[in-house]
Amino acid sequence: MDLAYTDDEKSFRNTVREFLKEKLSSRLATKVKLGKRLTKQDMEEWHATLNEKGWLAVNWPEEYGGTGWSAVQKHIFDEECWAAGAPRTVPFGLNMLAPVLMKFGSDEQKAHYLPRILDGTDWWCQGYSEPGAGSDLASLRTSAVREGDHYVVNGQKTWTTLGQHADWIFCLVRTSSEGKRQEGISFLLIDMNAPGVTVRPIILIDGEHEVNEIFFDNVKVPVGNLVGEENKGWTYAKYLLTHERTGTANIGNSNAALEKLKAIALEQKKSGKPLSEDPYFAARMAKVEIDLKALKTTNLRILVDADNGAAAGPESSMLKVKGTIIRQELNDLARRALGPYALPFSSEAMEEGYNEEPIGPDYANAVAAKYFNNRKMSIYAGSNEIQREIITKTKLGL
Amino acid sequence: MDFALNDDRRMLAETLERFLSDNYDIEKRHGFAMMDDGFSKQMWEKFAELGIIGALFDEKAGGFGGEGADLMVVFEALGRHLVVEPFLPTLMAGTILAGAGGQEALLEQVINGETAIALAHGEPSSRYELASVSSIAEQSGKEWIINGDKSVVLGGSAATQLVVSARTTGEADSENGISLFLVEATNGVTKRNYSTINGYGAAEIKLENASGILLGEVDQGYKLLERAYAAGIVAISAEALGAMHVATDLTVEYTRQRKQFGIPIGKFQALQHRMADMLIELEQMRSSVMNAAGNLDKDRLDREKEISACKHLVGTIGRQVAEEAIQIHGGMGMTWEYAVGHFAKHIIMIDHVLGDTDHHLERYIALGRNT
Ligand SMILES: Cc1cc2nc3c(=O)[nH]c(=O)nc-3n(C[C@H](O)[C@H](O)[C@H](O)COP(=O)(O)OP(=O)(O)OC[C@H]3O[C@@H](n4cnc5c(N)ncnc54)[C@H](O)[C@@H]3O)c2cc1C
Repeated sequence: MDLAYTDDEKSFRNTVREFLKEKLSSRLATKVKLGKRLTKQDMEEWHATLNEKGWLAVNWPEEYGGTGWSAVQKHIFDEECWAAGAPRTVPFGLNMLAPVLMKFGSDEQKAHYLPRILDGTDWWCQGYSEPGAGSDLASLRTSAVREGDHYVVNGQKTWTTLGQHADWIFCLVRTSSEGKRQEGISFLLIDMNAPGVTVRPIILIDGEHEVNEIFFDNVKVPVGNLVGEENKGWTYAKYLLTHERTGTANIGNSNAALEKLKAIALEQKKSGKPLSEDPYFAARMAKVEIDLKALKTTNLRILVDADNGAAAGPESSMLKVKGTIIRQELNDLARRALGPYALPFSSEAMEEGYNEEPIGPDYANAVAAKYFNNRKMSIYAGSNEIQREIITKTKLGL
Repeated sequence: MDFALNDDRRMLAETLERFLSDNYDIEKRHGFAMMDDGFSKQMWEKFAELGIIGALFDEKAGGFGGEGADLMVVFEALGRHLVVEPFLPTLMAGTILAGAGGQEALLEQVINGETAIALAHGEPSSRYELASVSSIAEQSGKEWIINGDKSVVLGGSAATQLVVSARTTGEADSENGISLFLVEATNGVTKRNYSTINGYGAAEIKLENASGILLGEVDQGYKLLERAYAAGIVAISAEALGAMHVATDLTVEYTRQRKQFGIPIGKFQALQHRMADMLIELEQMRSSVMNAAGNLDKDRLDREKEISACKHLVGTIGRQVAEEAIQIHGGMGMTWEYAVGHFAKHIIMIDHVLGDTDHHLERYIALGRNT
């Protein structure tokens, strides 16, 4: 057992740091650190910077233009990006669709779509959930009926993150209602500009437009947009769920949040002394830091095992549950740290150009809003209850 | 012992609840919160007509309530509807005016809904410390001249008359040497108005040579402040209780309607036990609010221990109820359109008003040392 990073890993960290220092604009980093609203252009800017360096597709194999990094390298990269205040890359094309295409897509699909994900031509969103199909995803009803050389799609998707920016949506659709529900689902790529596709915003409790409802009214989709075989879509979606683990634990994100929390606790005063010296608050911060330390190692243990070929199990569920609890606790402590200044909120102050004097400290405005927004973390990508169900069934055999 | 409400209070509760059920759904509430000053002046006048503002004060102050139980009844109902009109600032500033005496005419206007008042006490660096006052008041002839910054003044945006705390002697954190003043929000008073994340009007207030009238005795303001905070904490805790009730009811009802895997999600034991816990904690919350309300007019130490105990629980139980309510709703709990998220927001943000859960735990321990 040796928990230290190797010399190569240390020098890799330095290389990443230097890259970030050079290429991440202070404009973007400041926006991220202050929790300001990121525009589509902001996200595209960072996407392009990473792509230029060849560091965008962290999880892809080299043959497709990925980095081919080890688990530890990916972890280091993630930590450094968050620490520097880099925007997160939008995962839908890069980390969700791409692995499915690589494994199950046709050669034409791989050759067409993968480069367009890298160069930012196509912005993808994920069309799984429906009003009636959340945790019970297999009950989805959006239908695709084959007519000659295309499918006709009718139905509704919902909670579609950043669908307002998307050019394409990958959808689970029903192509058969016979047999088991899971066996009538297909994986279909749909052009968001096709006639019959309508996007309607859903505003979240923090007032932000982040998710959408998407309606399909007799949308024609060429059969060439089917991924893999008809009625096998469920297998592809499940493949993704068990194989996509990097980032699930939110380590880099939580690290950065912990550092920010410590900075706030140092600046906020309680009875004239830094809040970080208050035994009540210090205990709360220490507890979450201790949890995070352990999770960091759990995460690396799991990722390194996977790198070495260990079979996929319910580990990603464990990382998701604990990782989101820790991240949400950090949000909770940040709002507590602000005291009364957690209360004022200005939506205008979330904009980059806002230059009025802040109410309270400049880092305060977005803190409570982020606390509420991050309640989503234990709901989306398979709620924490569903993750526990998976652990119970697959690991405990109950 | 008798835990039941008397007839007058039961009637008050019914009147208010009926009025709110008819006039204050969540859509209207959002509309009121968007108005200038963050509430509806028309509603405020209606509340006055119904006698709800008068229920916050005792007869000496021109009202017909003012006991802990009155506050509990009124504010629990306000919490059930997330009422944005400035009841809390009115109660707290009014309690000080009543305690100081000599302000009967102003109180009458307040109770009639004609004049909006607020308590400007917290400062940029005071956090939740009640005795932390750095604003300065100096006597000049008959009047007092006040300078300082007041922060997150709830209801401060609308108030035309402010009750302001300022130091007349002593160190910046000493209980002795705080005095209270009535300040007209005009000359020497600059307000920066805004809305809180849960939809309430507030302001940052700068006092630059503002002139004030002394309330009560010079240097002796702390006692009045503490009593106003006690009333405020009974009130806001009851409001949290009302909001927690609705959040829980909405959640349980949602789990009856929402089906996944072919059955209502309320059939899943993983959720059932957590909703059972929510109910257990709600009963604890109600008892704790009763403890605080019932001791509001008792000896200082008994009162303050119950007050801090109650506000501590508001923070911990509130977090549990609010977070579970969102989680058990799934995506629906995250939306602006559906009500439960707004209840959750208010419950959580109440932890930031008049001292949070840690502040009151620490205070409870400190008060225990004095016995
Ligand atoms: C901000 C946000 C972004 C999202 N982005 C996307 C996206 O881009 N694309 C997409 O397809 N989807 C997205 N989702 C949808 C997300 O995946 C679903 O919200 C999630 O699957 C839960 O479904 P639901 O909201 O319908 O809740 P429900 O399934 O109705 O669940 C309600 C509650 O019941 C619990 N529950 C359900 N079944 C069980 C059970 N068997 N045992 C115990 N408890 C149970 C749940 O855990 C939850 O607490 C997003 C959601 C949010 C909130």
